[in-house]
Amino acid sequence: MRMRTIEISVGGFVLAGIVALIFLAVQVSGVNTGGASQTYEITARFDDVAGLRERAKVSMAGVTVGRVRSIEVDMSWGDAVVTMEIAGEPGNLAADTGAKILTEGILGARYIGLSPGGDEETLAAGDEITETQGALVLENLIGDFLTNMGKS
Amino acid sequence: MVGFVRNLGARFLSWLAALGRATVLWVRAMSGRPDWQDVGLVVKQIYHVGFLSLVIIILSAFSIGAVLALQFYTQLARFGAQEAVGIGLALVLLRELGPVVTALLFAGRAGSALTAEIGLMKTTEQLSSMEMMGVDPLKRIIAPRIWAGLISLPILTAVFNMVAIFGGMVVAVNWLGADAGGFWSGMREGVEIWEDLGKGMVKTVVFGLLVTWVAVFQGYDAPPTAEGMAMATTRTVVISSVLILASDFLLTLVFYGEF
Repeated sequence: MRMRTIEISVGGFVLAGIVALIFLAVQVSGVNTGGASQTYEITARFDDVAGLRERAKVSMAGVTVGRVRSIEVDMSWGDAVVTMEIAGEPGNLAADTGAKILTEGILGARYIGLSPGGDEETLAAGDEITETQGALVLENLIGDFLTNMGKS
Repeated sequence: MVGFVRNLGARFLSWLAALGRATVLWVRAMSGRPDWQDVGLVVKQIYHVGFLSLVIIILSAFSIGAVLALQFYTQLARFGAQEAVGIGLALVLLRELGPVVTALLFAGRAGSALTAEIGLMKTTEQLSSMEMMGVDPLKRIIAPRIWAGLISLPILTAVFNMVAIFGGMVVAVNWLGADAGGFWSGMREGVEIWEDLGKGMVKTVVFGLLVTWVAVFQGYDAPPTAEGMAMATTRTVVISSVLILASDFLLTLVFYGEF
């Protein structure tokens, strides 16, 4: 085989690899979502995060507006501190925005739902959401139900 | 009984010696400054181990993607979740099947050929005559083949993944009628660039290292007889397949295991 043919074939081979990688990155991974665009962090305290994971969705009105960055426990208060990345510039959320831990479907993943507030003031980077509602834990619900049944 | 234990010990020692020889071979071939004059040799080897493997890779990728999509679709359709075919397909391929199946095919197609070629060079004393001429066969013969394997396998894996996803799309969207928009957007939503694509690519580099190392060593270490060559070729495929699967488990444990 002539060396020139080999060189052309190998060039085509490497090009095919690069094209495939770009395809996988752009078309399959959707590389531009949550990548270069600006984000800022806010925190929220929940009494129970039950099954929320890092990188879970943060959504408002059903649209993803951010991701969970980290989840830590505050031992002295006994609640969970969740740090979220919100897309956009600080100031796009009202100061009395609420946060709830919700579930996608019956068995789906946990995510954080933000409910809009009416305050004139806005949340700055690093601020904390005060109005929160933790995850509904099935065992607690059943427990409450049974005790109420007993009372009535 | 004593003979059995003695035999066991002897086999273990000879295995250990082979591992030592393999390590020395690899270090001697890859150490030192890579010679830029040898790029032509690497290109030629990439042609042999990479470009010529493209046909088998593309054919297998298309079939595997199509089969996966068919299985996912029939099961997911029972829950009305046909659009999840895209994300399932992409995650399975990028994380596991792409790197592993490509490496197995590569070991069968290119690894065995490498072993046979180097083994025959040794049997016909081409390697020792090179040494006579003052050319280091490790640098001239072995090193370009190891580099070619390391470069080719990730490229082949990327092509494999792309073709398999395409094959899955043909079956799920064009044939069975899943929604194309849901197929692609579900994929884009759930696939992370480093977590899935990047870690899969790290796997494939490790597999490339293992397969070329085993293939080259088995050829270099083969007894110079017809029987020895046959044994060495078989061993290349068997050992590298087992190593690929075992190291895949370890890598998955390290990458995705939560403990």
